[in-house]
Amino acid sequence: MARIIETGQRPAPATDIDVVTIDIIENALRNARYEMDAVLFRTAMSPGIREQHDEFPLIADPQGRMVVGQFGSFIGGFLDNYHGTIEEGDVFLTSDPYSCDGAVSHANDWLVLLPVFREGAVIGWSAMFGHMTDVGGKVPGSLPTDATSIFEEGVIIPPMKLYKGGELQSEALALVLNQVRMKEWNRSDLNAIVAACRTAAKRLDELCGRFGTDVYLAVLDALLDRNLRAMRQLIQTTISEDKLTFTDYIDDDGRGNGPYRIHCTMWREGEKVILDFEGTDPQADGSINFYLNENMFKMFFGIYMIMVFDPQILWNDGFYPLVDVRIPEGSLLKPRYPAALSCRTHGLGRIFDILGGLLGQRQPDFLCAAGFSSSPHLMYSGYDQDDEWFQLYQIGFGGIPGRPFGDGPDGHSLWPSFTNVPNEFLESYFPLVIETYETVADSGGPGFFRGGNGVDVGYRFLEPGQISIHDDRWFTYPWGVNGGVPGARSTKYLLRTDGTREVLPSKCDNVEVAAGDVLHYVTWGGGGWGDPFTRDPDLVAKEVLRGLVTVEGARRYGVVLTDDGAVDADATTALRAELLAARGEAGVFDFGPDIDTLRATCQEETGLPAPIAPVFARS
Amino acid sequence: MAYRLGVDVGGTFTDLLLIEEETGETHRAKTPTTPTDPSIGVLDGITKVCDVAGIELADFRHVMHGTTVATNAVLEKKGAKVGLLTTKGYGQVLQVARSFVPGGLAGWIVWPKPEPLAALELTREIPERLSARGEVLTELDEQAVRAAAEDLKALGVEALTISFVNAYVDGAHERRAGAIAAEVLGELPISLSSAILPEIREYERTLTTVANSYVRPTVARYIGNLEKELVERGVDARLHILRSDGGLMGTEQAKTEPVNMLMSGPAGGVAGATWIARQAGYEDLLTLDMGGTSTDVALVEAGTPRIGRETQVGDLNVRASSVDVRTVGAGGGSIAHVPELTSALRVGPESAGADPGPAAYGRGGEQPTVTDANVVLGYLPAGLLGGEMGLDVDAARAAVQTIADAMGVSLERAAAGIIDIVNENMFGALRLVSIEQGYDPRDFALVGFGGAGPLHANALGSLMGSWPVIIPPSPGVLCAYGDATTRLRNEAARSFIRRFPHTSDEEVRDTLRSLAEEASAALDDEGEPQEGRTLSFQVDVRYHGQGFEVPVDVEVEEFTLASVSERFDAEHTRLFTFALDAEHELVNLRAVVQGRRTTVPAEEIEGGGGDPAHAATGTHPIWVDGASVGATAYARPQLWADDRITGPAIITEMDSTTLILPGHLGEIDRFGNILIRPAQA
Repeated sequence: MARIIETGQRPAPATDIDVVTIDIIENALRNARYEMDAVLFRTAMSPGIREQHDEFPLIADPQGRMVVGQFGSFIGGFLDNYHGTIEEGDVFLTSDPYSCDGAVSHANDWLVLLPVFREGAVIGWSAMFGHMTDVGGKVPGSLPTDATSIFEEGVIIPPMKLYKGGELQSEALALVLNQVRMKEWNRSDLNAIVAACRTAAKRLDELCGRFGTDVYLAVLDALLDRNLRAMRQLIQTTISEDKLTFTDYIDDDGRGNGPYRIHCTMWREGEKVILDFEGTDPQADGSINFYLNENMFKMFFGIYMIMVFDPQILWNDGFYPLVDVRIPEGSLLKPRYPAALSCRTHGLGRIFDILGGLLGQRQPDFLCAAGFSSSPHLMYSGYDQDDEWFQLYQIGFGGIPGRPFGDGPDGHSLWPSFTNVPNEFLESYFPLVIETYETVADSGGPGFFRGGNGVDVGYRFLEPGQISIHDDRWFTYPWGVNGGVPGARSTKYLLRTDGTREVLPSKCDNVEVAAGDVLHYVTWGGGGWGDPFTRDPDLVAKEVLRGLVTVEGARRYGVVLTDDGAVDADATTALRAELLAARGEAGVFDFGPDIDTLRATCQEETGLPAPIAPVFARS
Repeated sequence: MAYRLGVDVGGTFTDLLLIEEETGETHRAKTPTTPTDPSIGVLDGITKVCDVAGIELADFRHVMHGTTVATNAVLEKKGAKVGLLTTKGYGQVLQVARSFVPGGLAGWIVWPKPEPLAALELTREIPERLSARGEVLTELDEQAVRAAAEDLKALGVEALTISFVNAYVDGAHERRAGAIAAEVLGELPISLSSAILPEIREYERTLTTVANSYVRPTVARYIGNLEKELVERGVDARLHILRSDGGLMGTEQAKTEPVNMLMSGPAGGVAGATWIARQAGYEDLLTLDMGGTSTDVALVEAGTPRIGRETQVGDLNVRASSVDVRTVGAGGGSIAHVPELTSALRVGPESAGADPGPAAYGRGGEQPTVTDANVVLGYLPAGLLGGEMGLDVDAARAAVQTIADAMGVSLERAAAGIIDIVNENMFGALRLVSIEQGYDPRDFALVGFGGAGPLHANALGSLMGSWPVIIPPSPGVLCAYGDATTRLRNEAARSFIRRFPHTSDEEVRDTLRSLAEEASAALDDEGEPQEGRTLSFQVDVRYHGQGFEVPVDVEVEEFTLASVSERFDAEHTRLFTFALDAEHELVNLRAVVQGRRTTVPAEEIEGGGGDPAHAATGTHPIWVDGASVGATAYARPQLWADDRITGPAIITEMDSTTLILPGHLGEIDRFGNILIRPAQA
């Protein structure tokens, strides 16, 4: 348990606060959070952070409860597990998921925490974590598919003081940086994260100066309470006492086993909602385990609940007492130390599909289709013509699911604030040419609202090197809802210079590429929403002109086009009647074929052997 | 006698300001804007202002024109049907965009994705390819260009953009493709990405060039009509158009690069505020231009508005230099609401617009707006717009009462809450341009204008600690002032991505010199004399590996990489609290050339003894800090220089109302500005 050393006395929260002040401080906190992002993006170096925005900021109250952010607070877990003192001027750094209850869930995420002092007392916390391109270990990018313990996944930084009373602990930092491949990136990204946290600290201090610390603290309580009240009402009116369940899968572990089952049951008891992951598979031997922090999942749940009702609300921890998250020990979502964790991105993505599937069941109007494959990664490293080491870590995007409010955008990000890297940037910094960057027609699941198309990126490598790939949804389908059809699965293949075509697994490391080889990295499409036979035929025809749907693909909407691309109304009516009769009443979910069928057709359809059902040594 | 004429076409009114160049004597006119062809309103106004001044149309030399014609084409989605040629494999560059979905986690569920500005069905891929170093990987397929152009012509495109991958390094393929397309398309305007924005980042470059094509036919038609009409009416003056960066450009350039005038309107306001504040003796300013639906803020340092590298209009964000104006959806028409679930008070970004407008306008609007809150609190007396339009106080009270009921507070408390929240939103925008850029707002004066700016400026001065708060005379014609008093400007920029060890002082100097020549050509074309021109240079620098760059001002003859390193480190520390021991890298080089600075003086008003009683029109109850107090009302046209007004006070004029809060003092300077400061304790 950490000991906080304060030389001053924190004022008690004011007892009487003005209602409008609450809204004003809420707004100021939101601005502070965006300013954290702005400082980080402008000063970080790795493309993963500065272009793609793989980072998450947080501002907390003195007790460590999150008042701004999106992944929920982890300050409590840190305080429980850190055994030193916390003093003014200290800045903490950790990357050890096992020391912070999974606040960061793999060692690539470096988490900086900063206690904010005013007049000698702690008035809050700012924190941020960002994904480092490399943290050492056995493969470039530090996400080894074949790791069986965290010790193979690079440098694991226990909670430590990066700054002690304002002094940089340069030897400790040097020790850490000596373990990684891209020291300069880590160093400047870390600097940028610290600068972002300091900016937030400065803003909190200014707010206390402007309104008085007592008022500021009272407002934080009021903001937390506002979330509590809102969520209490939402939970009461939207969550049933009957149990609802939902199951989805991580396709494989990159070692030939899969799929891995994630299963969640949701019900209400009184004013509390329970989310129980009993029935989820035990932890994997490999590195796809996702150490899921309960509070983080509470936050995801809350954000999904409230998004539709007051999108301007600032999410915070206030409603935590209303949510009980139960995760079985030793499961895929709570593996035992020292299980490997690096490739947890698939699990992280998939729990959003689970959340959507659970919450939407009783409110089909708010139900979205599936599309959270994960965040597809590509690593490419080697030596360029000047004999300089290069190392690319890039996140790709696929189709956004069909939504109750419209089509899923093509090739867009499900992650907040993420963006792609300009290809001209990549070509000027790395020895590659990106020959194609286009969405895949028909890959979005048909529906009244179409799922977004996946993307086909064609990379021609100019130097020999090695690549790693991390993706999912190559075996199971991104499901459709309310009559919508699943989106297309992902695939990757290499076109070698000798003309051979080589299908690559969705998770692999150490693949040698030669100059001139072309990798096609094809991501998944989003599932469709609603009955495709009710989509406006003219819109389908227009999307054919746009190259987003093919003439053949239009038939999946029951739309027949004439040779000049116009809708053939009679043929469309007939085809729709025929297809409707064949399909019958559509269910709420369309998962595509069952697992056994997927296994049987896997080799033929994907070019890869079917994964073998995992056998668990202990449960 | 020589005259210059500033013309600003706003949403509702076209303002004209005629300035006699020697004395600074001014004449004004206002005519209704004619949206279908704004040149009609402009010409009407010109006739009117000449009548007022008693001069002939042939008497003025310069017509400076700020126009939102390009902006409106974007906002109203009434631009041209744009065809797009891309490199093979990149046809969906605008469809995929940067893959960004706003709104945070789960934001994708509710985000409405805007349609691309160039439709996919009007996009054609052309086999051709350059590497990032400019080597030809695939030759341009000229036959494909011709076929695509014919195809798009048949589909009725009205403008064409050609944007190829890596064209920022070398535009040869684009130029050749442009020449071939021109053979097919004739007069149809063709924009090349290598000419409009020779900078790295294919999406931003393509989007910016497409935006250029999108507004080009509209702008060309408008300017062409205006020029023709001016000549026909015997006006022998050069027409200049106000750029987004606050400078002027000639009409030929405006017709081919209209993407540089998307912010012409707000830039005029900032230019006008800068000019009037300079007369009053202030050169470091924050500007607050609050209108009906939104507020524009900007920072002016040493008399020069800060220039940003991006232009944002509605959903559209392009890479074009513009006065670094940040816009928030906070205006007089912003609607207040209280979501049932959270009982929080939200104001905007939804706006009641001009029609039906706030409830107080009595045009059927029922939703409570910022204007209604101002009416409830007594800040806006019943006769808005100099009595031209009556205010429906009862309707305003009824609308705001819905908020009071939802929050469980009194009517006045709810109204004050709405004002506090909207002020806070503007405060956020002002912080973005000042504190977050490393400036201390206490070093700046705050200029409030636009229809609603003078009502809110005193409160924002208090929040920012920016004094004095300056309310220029006739805030409505400020843009026309800006148009009339700014000067010609052009810039030329080039991506120049080199780590410092990989270039030399001499190479940079040579490049800067050639950019200066390039930029100067446009001024030569306008017949601007060499004398009095100023030339300035900027290099964008970052640490090798960073994704954003910081502009550093440089001199060409004294340029050294070593001194740039030092200054960049200092600037980086100022902005972000730290510098790095890392390699520096140049990203863009830029030359900016400006014509002669105008020396038009401002018109002075009559002085008095300091007592404003002669202009007082009565007392008026207003609600401040939870209580009703009596504010003295004044008629602004009757005020004299040196008059000192003690708050609370309300000062009315034709197009706006100024509020001076209790504890503050307003002083009238010799140009008619109101300078508000906290009263000494």
